[in-house]
Order: sequence, then C-alpha cells, then structure tokens
Amino acid sequence: MSFPWARQYEPKNGLTKFLDEKLPLPRLVYGAIGAGYPVPRNLSYMWNFGVLAGFCLVLQIVTGVVLAMHYAPNALVAFGTTEHIMRDVNWGWMMRYAHANGASFFFIVVYLHIFRGFFYSSYKAPREMIWLLGVVIFLLMMATAFMGYVLPWGQMSFWGAKVITGLFGAIPIVGEPIQVWLLGGFAPDNAALNRFFSLHFLLPFVIAGVVILHIWALHIPGSSNPTGVEIKTEADTVPFHPYYTAKDGFGLGIFLLLFCTMVFFLPNYLGHPDNYIEANPLSTPAHIVPEWYFWPFYAILRAFTVDFFFVPAKLMGVLAMFAAILVWFFLPWLDKSPVRSGHYRPLFRKFFWFGLIPTMAVLFYCGGAPAEEPFVMLSQLATAYYFLHFLVILPLVSSIEKPEPLPYSITEAVLGSDKKAVLGENTTPAV
Amino acid sequence: MIRLFGILAGLFFTVAVMWSFATGAFVAATEGLGEETAEHAFHKYPKDLHLASDGVFGTFDKAQLQRGYQVYKEVCAACHSMKFVAIRDLADLGYNEAQLKAEAASWQVPGIDPSTGEATMRPGLPTDYFPSPYPNTVAAAAANNNAIPPDLSLMAKARHDGSAYVYSLLTGYQAQPAELLKEFPASKTPTGLHYNPYFPNLNLAMAPPLTANGQVTYAPGNPDPTIDQMAQDVAAFLTWTAEPTLDKRKQTGWPVLGFLLFATILAFFAKKQIWSAVKPSRKD
Ligand code: HEC
Ligand code: HEM
Repeated sequence: MSFPWARQYEPKNGLTKFLDEKLPLPRLVYGAIGAGYPVPRNLSYMWNFGVLAGFCLVLQIVTGVVLAMHYAPNALVAFGTTEHIMRDVNWGWMMRYAHANGASFFFIVVYLHIFRGFFYSSYKAPREMIWLLGVVIFLLMMATAFMGYVLPWGQMSFWGAKVITGLFGAIPIVGEPIQVWLLGGFAPDNAALNRFFSLHFLLPFVIAGVVILHIWALHIPGSSNPTGVEIKTEADTVPFHPYYTAKDGFGLGIFLLLFCTMVFFLPNYLGHPDNYIEANPLSTPAHIVPEWYFWPFYAILRAFTVDFFFVPAKLMGVLAMFAAILVWFFLPWLDKSPVRSGHYRPLFRKFFWFGLIPTMAVLFYCGGAPAEEPFVMLSQLATAYYFLHFLVILPLVSSIEKPEPLPYSITEAVLGSDKKAVLGENTTPAV
Repeated sequence: MIRLFGILAGLFFTVAVMWSFATGAFVAATEGLGEETAEHAFHKYPKDLHLASDGVFGTFDKAQLQRGYQVYKEVCAACHSMKFVAIRDLADLGYNEAQLKAEAASWQVPGIDPSTGEATMRPGLPTDYFPSPYPNTVAAAAANNNAIPPDLSLMAKARHDGSAYVYSLLTGYQAQPAELLKEFPASKTPTGLHYNPYFPNLNLAMAPPLTANGQVTYAPGNPDPTIDQMAQDVAAFLTWTAEPTLDKRKQTGWPVLGFLLFATILAFFAKKQIWSAVKPSRKD
C-alpha cells in the first residue's frame, strides 16, 4: 500500500516498457526506494541508520565472500590461512580488516537504530511487525558474529566458543547432550569449526531475507518520524528520491569516513590481542571476553553469582541473558502510551536518558571488565534496572504519564500552525 | 495480561539479581574485597617506546629492521620460531636478490635427501619460511624449563601495546624487589624462572636473552649495540613481522580518506541543494 498521492511509475522508453510488462522490477524499486515512496519530511539523522545497516550487510557479504575464497575451515590450518590472507593475498589485509571492523560498525549502526526505536517508540502500532522482524534480525546478527569470531581460531575464538556453547550445559538434564550435539564433540574442535563456517556463510543471506520482510513491513504504514504523529496530508511528506537518497548519501559519506579511519589506522583497536595467538585448548587466557558488542549481555550473564532458590546461578544467568533480548519482542504491548515520540513524553524521556542509557553504559563497561569487584556489583545493579525498566517502569509510566500536547500534523510541527499557508489549496487530506 | 506477566517476570529477574548483589555485598562487608596479590601490586605497564613506524604518518626504518633481524637471528632464533614469515619477505627490509639468496643459505631448514629420501637439513631458499629451532613442542618445553617459547611472528600484535611490551620485557629483568618479598613471602621467584615486572605473573621461564652491550656486532654506521638499543631494534623488527603490510595500509588510507572527504562534502552540498526547496526544517 502507499499514500494516494504517491507518484506512479511511468516507463518512458522501449526497454523500460518491455521490462515493466515482463518483470516490473524498476516499478518495484521506484515504489520502494524511489520517487514513488512518500516519506515524512521531518526525519532526523536518526532515521539514517536503517539504510546504513543495509549497507553494512552488503559490505559484510562482499568482503566475507572474498575471505572465504582464501580461508580453510580446518582446525589445523585455519589460523595459518588467516595469516596467509593478511600477508600473501593481494589486498587480503584490507578485506580482513574491513570484515572485522565491518562487523563492529554493523553493530554500532544497529544499536543506534534500535535505540532510535526505543526513544521514538517506533515499535508501537502500526509498526509492531517491523520491530519484531528487527529483533529477529538482531538475534541472527548475534549468532552470525559469534560464529564468525570463532573462524580465525585464535585463543579468544576457541575460549569464547567454549564459554558460550558451555552455556547450554546450564540447562538441566538436556543441556549437556545439546552442547555436545551443537559442537559435534565435547569441546570446540574441527567439527565445530566446520559447522560454524558453514552457518556463518549461510546466516547473512538469511538476514538479507528477513531484511526484505522488515522493509516490506515498513512500507505498509511508512516510516514514523520524530513527532510520532502519523502522516495526514501530502504536505507532510516528500518523495524518498531525491530527498532521502541525498540525505542517506551524505550519511553514508560520514559513515565511510569513520569506518575507513578505523580500517586503515586503528584496525585492531576493537579486537583482542589474544586472538593473534593460535587456539590452544591447554592454555586458558587470563580473561575470556567476547567481542565488545556482546558486553552488555555478557555482563547480565555474569551478574547472577548465587543460586536463587532451586535455580542454579549459571542457569539464572543464561535465562536472564536471553530474556534481556526477548523482552524487546513484547515492547509493543508493554508500552501502552498512545504517544510515540519521547519528545512529548516527559516522564518516559527522563527514564530513557537517566535510566536506560546510563544502565546500558554500565553494562557495556562491566561486560568487558574482569569478573571482579566493583564490576560485579555494578553490573548487578544495572541488570536489576534493565529488567525493571522494560518490564515494570515502561508499563507503569505509560499508564500514569500525562503527555505534552502534540502538534496537529508533521507540517505544523515543521512550519508552525498557519494551516492555510502550509497546506495550500489543493492538498488531499489522507484517511 | 501481557503487562501483568511482564511486571511479574521483571520482578522475578530483579529480585534474583538483587539476591546475588546482597550476598556479594554481605561477603564484601564481612570479608573485604579479596586479598591483594603480588601480581596486582608489582606488575608494570610497558615503558614508552618510540618507533619510526608509530603514528598515522610513520613508516618503518629499514636500517633498524635490519638490525632487529640480526638480533633475532643471532639471539632469539635459538629458542623462538617465526613460522609465518618467509625469508623472501626480508625484501621489505631493503635486501636485494643476491643478498636474500645469501641470507637464505645461512639458515638450515628441514629437507629431504634427494637420493635416499631421508629427512636431512639443507641450506634455505628465499621461498622457505623461517625454521623452528626445535623439532616439536615437547623438545621445546624440555629445553626451557617446561615453558614453550612462543612463536614470535605475531608477538607485537598478540600483547597489549605489543612493541613496547617486547622492549620492556627484554630490558625489564631485575632482582626481585625486597618489598615484594616482605609483603608476599610466598611469591618468591621459583628456581628456573626469572623475575620481570612487565610479565603478567612476574616470573617467566625465559632467561634474560640480552645480557651484555655488544652481544651482537652491528655493521659500521649503526648505533652502538647496547642492550637498550638491541631491545628497541628487535621490538621494531617484531612490529614488522607482525604486520609487514603496515606501511602499505597507512599509505593506502590517506588517499581513501581524502577521496571520501571530497565525496562527503559534495554529498553534503547536494543534500542541501535538494532540500532547499522544502525549507525550513524541523524546529525542535
Ligand atoms: C634460551 C631460550 C630463549 C631465548 C634465547 C629467547 N627466548 Fe624469549 N622466551 C623463551 C621462553 C622459554 C619463553 C616462555 C616464557 C614463559 O612463558 O614463561 C619466552 C617468551 C618470550 C616472549 C613472550 C612473553 C609473554 O608475554 O608470554 C617474548 C616476547 C620473547 N620471549 C621474546 C624474545 C626475544 C625478542 C628474544 C631475543 C632477543 C628472545 N625471546 C630470546 C626462551 C627464549
Ligand atoms: C540488518 C539489519 C537491519 C536493516 C538492514 C534494517 C533496515 C531498516 C530500514 C532501511 C529502515 C527504514 C529507515 C529507518 O527508519 O532507519 C528500518 C526501519 C526500522 N527498523 Fe530496521 N533494520 C535492521 C535491523 C533492525 C533491528 C535489529 C531493529 C529492532 C530490534 C529494527 C527496527 C526497526 C524499526 C522499528 C523501524 C521503523 C522505524 C520508524 O519508522 O520509525 N531494525 N530498518
């Protein structure tokens, strides 16, 4: 569906007419990301991150496919083939650094995209499905990144894989058989490395499929916007092309500047030195830490240090870690406030900036720190707030808060309330 | 209904984690935050080391790399392998074809006797990788007080602040400080190990490899081979072995960033131009 004033695609020459009749791909593109897709005129730069995430996915697939041409998923040689890529393959070092840092930048972009969603409650009706698919994408991204990190078969690859698959061992009765089944053995070895490579190659394409659904679902209500007020008239919108293609192009430029600065000047900054040591099952690293983008969830996992009645501490940690992401699935139904944007929700806004954001910062920090005091206690407090925020505070705030007055329309928010000047004579009001 | 379940689940996790917190706080209050350890109190972070390859404009100092290679060859190679580096790679250090061949021939590498097929040693070729001093890890451990000398190819990337760490480690050997023994009598350096405050657990199995000024004789025109100089040189060399493409990476980076900056400025003005028709923009 689209808005009644959306421009229609008109094939102009023989070729495009032919295509439009046989396979209307240009029509699809025109309506999805071209001039035929009306978008709110007031989107801020926070709405750039979806397109950037799409760019990252393509970047990861392209660099990844090239790396796979030179890499061998065999525990005896995997570390060596990675070094072969770095030293002997033409531009191999660039491909590998781009892929490794590309994963980090993908997560930076997606975290910003998700937190945009939190602040503007983009998850609310009518965009629940977009959000749910987004959470599925995030889970798939985490699985992909985890398995990718195992492939170079360094010390952190091996011990990270061992710790994370060990989590399944926390599940009563079936846990250990599941763990052995997942790894194809009792510890990560050649069998695990092979299946991780296979899945790491596959999952990005699964993600690409879910992204298509995500964007399809987005095109039904169209994008929300910083006011959270839905589109009412044509004056509220501009066509995606050229307005947002231009804005996304500029955003992509900034993104690439930052990304290339990392790749060419600080390529190992976000990595761990231990992963330049070949995997050695007989030597445990002093601190086993996952990649930075898992730190908040790793902090939650480690926050549970004592058994809670009949639930062992380890199991509690595993449950909490998964629950921390699964709660996002329920947000559309937990947050009942009819107002979307945090700009018009005074209480919600306070909890967002002074509750959720500092909590995430603490979890990030503690997840990367050694499991010592004061980090353990800090992450326990932060974990408590994390669950309170999403499961208790959000539902309560949404029922007691008195939102600030909303603008009548996007156009009014942009141009002030002089409706005649703004709407002009011949605008068609939407439904 | 969902909200009710949500609140209950939220309270469940909160209470469970606060239970852990309360237990931890109780233990901390009654027993303190755990004992101070010798490793924690006496470990030192690497000293400053300035190399020509530092910084975004730095490039390798080839004369220094050649000196560092000489230290590796004459000292470290007795115990440490460097398996990811091939002899031909030394071309980066400024050696020509003939020098490379001669250099290669000065290494003995495992080979096969062409007439009998038996394993022998033969002089190296530029295409060979640097040989390992031990036939296997068991032999390496047996010769080194049960510690295996790690491969040095990636050492400068495999430690925090790697180049400075190598330099500090090589120049950091000392007698165990008296205060340490006073505070932690149980932490006396075991026999066969050597005290070095830059090593994470303070005692390592490597005997000080650089022990005397002039241990290696540098070609004329080079600085004096003091211990400090040799340590810096071998640290520089290991920075190169860890990432021979370092210079190329930075040299590629500048034009890439320059092009992107130009393209981004264009994109900015294109965006401004296109949006000028729908001004003014959002107010809040
Ligand atoms: C007599 C044999 C021997 C020589 C010669 C030697 N090393 Fe070592 N080296 C060792 C052993 C054994 C270890 C392992 C120490 C341990 O783990 O306790 C080691 C470890 C190291 C480490 C790693 C320390 C760590 O953080 O794990 C570095 C770096 C190192 N050596 C550099 C050098 C350099 C550079 C030279 C040449 C100047 C050199 N070594 C010469 C035996 C040697
Ligand atoms: C591969 C990863 C992803 C890609 C390529 C992607 C792509 C996009 C694109 C292109 C848009 C429209 C532009 C924008 O609003 O920024 C969008 C919107 C949205 N995305 Fe994503 N996304 C990804 C991951 C996620 C995740 C992980 C979530 C949440 C958990 C999410 C939630 C949303 C929501 C709620 C919207 C609608 C926002 C609004 O209209 O206000 N997305 N996505």
